[in-house]
Amino acid sequence: MRESSSPLAGLRRRVARIAASGGPTGARGGGWLASGHAEFDAAMGGGLAAGRVHEMFAADPLDAASAAAFAALLALRGGDPAPLLWLRTADAARRCGCLHAPGIAELGGDPDRLLLIEAGDAKALLAAANDAARCPGSAAVVVESWGQLPALDLTAGRRLALGARDAGVTLLLLRLAAEPTPSVAETRWRIAAAPSRELEANAPGAPAFDLELLRWRAGPAGARWRLEWNRDDQAFRDAALSGAVLPLASRRTLESRGAEAA
Amino acid sequence: MRGALRLANVDARAAALGLVPGMALADARAQVQPLLVVPHDPALDRDWLDRLAQGCARYTPLVALDPPDGLILDIAGAAHPFGGEAWLIADLEMRFDRLGMTVRSALGPTADAARALARYPAPPAPDEAAAIRRLPVAALELDAEATRALTRAGLKTIGDLASRPMASLAARFGAEAADALRRLLGDAPSPLDPRIAPPPVAAERRFAEPVASTPHAMTVLAELAGEAIAAMAERGKGGRQFRATFFRSDGLARTIAVETGAPTRDAGLVMRLFAERIDALRDPIDPGFGFDMIRLSVPRLEALGASQLGLEGGAVREAAVDALADRLATRLGRGRVRRYRPVDTHIPEQAQLELPAVDAPPPQPWPAPEPGEPPLRPFWLFDPPQPIEVIAEVPDGPPQRFRWRRALHAVRRYEGPERIAAEWWRRRDNKGLTRDYYRVEDVQGRRYWLFRHGLYDEKPDPRWYIHGLFA
Repeated sequence: MRESSSPLAGLRRRVARIAASGGPTGARGGGWLASGHAEFDAAMGGGLAAGRVHEMFAADPLDAASAAAFAALLALRGGDPAPLLWLRTADAARRCGCLHAPGIAELGGDPDRLLLIEAGDAKALLAAANDAARCPGSAAVVVESWGQLPALDLTAGRRLALGARDAGVTLLLLRLAAEPTPSVAETRWRIAAAPSRELEANAPGAPAFDLELLRWRAGPAGARWRLEWNRDDQAFRDAALSGAVLPLASRRTLESRGAEAA
Repeated sequence: MRGALRLANVDARAAALGLVPGMALADARAQVQPLLVVPHDPALDRDWLDRLAQGCARYTPLVALDPPDGLILDIAGAAHPFGGEAWLIADLEMRFDRLGMTVRSALGPTADAARALARYPAPPAPDEAAAIRRLPVAALELDAEATRALTRAGLKTIGDLASRPMASLAARFGAEAADALRRLLGDAPSPLDPRIAPPPVAAERRFAEPVASTPHAMTVLAELAGEAIAAMAERGKGGRQFRATFFRSDGLARTIAVETGAPTRDAGLVMRLFAERIDALRDPIDPGFGFDMIRLSVPRLEALGASQLGLEGGAVREAAVDALADRLATRLGRGRVRRYRPVDTHIPEQAQLELPAVDAPPPQPWPAPEPGEPPLRPFWLFDPPQPIEVIAEVPDGPPQRFRWRRALHAVRRYEGPERIAAEWWRRRDNKGLTRDYYRVEDVQGRRYWLFRHGLYDEKPDPRWYIHGLFA
């Protein structure tokens, strides 16, 4: 009798959970990580869905900082004081530099919300990510990884996605120096730095990003945006296309050259 | 004979064969064949003594080391669970014997008296006071010359000394000699310096039969956690640090400690942290022949009122993240889970402190950015900065091209220099190189933070570095 009762209770709990979340595919707890850019948010149906896994690939290893900052800005914008968990491996500081809290403050984020978690290796990183994905109460969890990360296969990815959905945690997988592989992510982005709007005396302006939606489970992929971060409004806006911007084709070749050289 | 190997210590059998500490190894080998010699390692001896002391914590929390080879236990009021002092000593000797140790033990009214009685052979005496009076004067541990002088004067025992006026002893051999004598006689206090201060809250369980299974030991630990938490609740306190000590029946013990970021009285949380810690151990807990005692102590307490859940759920959410931080810090190491705190300095790499989340101080305001300006500090900072090669139009001008990690980057936009002087007032030589920082953007739109280390009138050929990456 005892053997059969506990699986039954487990099933009941699962049914109750599915009913509470409005069906197996219904968005749970609601909400999005919105960018503040009206067109972008409308096209994405509100923004990046909360409680889901989103993959962000840096177009080139040199674009790592841009991809990371985009993830941080999405999670930190708005007044919600919930903490942002940032997971990385111990060698990331040597490779990409350490997270610089004054720089985050300069971008308009609150560094006090940041909780850095450093794992020894990729395996420990994934284990920590699994725990973080199951912990409700964070604004988002950023998992920064470098390289192809073979440990993150479909099974591991699904485990992450299920944990994140149950706890309503938004998981941003920041994939640096990696190529997309099959995954269960809700969206997949390729992010690169974009030339900024020129300020007085040829000074670089506010950070700008080139975004490409590679995959979207809930809609068509392939859209591209060039957004600029407006710190004073805490929102993204259209980046001005100045005449000096290189055409896209030559940009690509330059990028691949940069990738080879790096 | 200089440079010869000498015997540091000998065991009872070697002593019976006529070997003494300080003897040359070659002489000893000539005298006794075969001879088993182990290299002398004081650090390892000290470590072993510490482990023995940890095992002795089963008798009393007040255990002091008496290096190189002694332990002092304050068993006042602690002997009754063993059926008296004699039984406690018998139990201790039995366990040390199992570890292959020879023990010479003695009881005394004060720590110094017990120590002297154990270390110096004295003829049998009817009671402790008489035994102390029969100790040789060497037990005072004065220098060799003073001891010889006392013996020549016909003062061979402590009793002989005690019967003379203390003032003349102090006048002849110094105040230390008189103090040592007073401590030995119990006239002056001889305080004990315990290895670990006794914890404010502790719970322990002894077993009649040793427990060999770790899961059962964890169940008992959970019960102890419940007891300790009940004791803390009475005092309105919560624990910040918990230490579980598993005493093995062979006399050794293993201690495992966990920490929390906020005071807690949640037994489930504490047990999860212990489970996490034990999983992460590189060498698992070895029960050996079983544990015969488990103790849970709470060395760090902090005030914690009765808890009230917030209606909007904010406190619950925060508590979940704090619990996660504790768990990950237990698994990965306390320094691996960090929070950021500002430091008031102009030197970029010193402007932030990364502190373990477990004991980070309360947040302080960060410097607010200037409205309308682009970010002036990078998102990622290299510490230390990485050297680069720079081509500039004029020597102290902005960089035009730079080579970093073997790739060449052409600069399209720049701003600078932002001049940051070294903190000369902190330096002994009142010098230090000024840095000229440039915010640059290359033709592909990536933004970097570069600096030249030194002005041209400070240094003939200043080097360039990349210090950070902007968003």
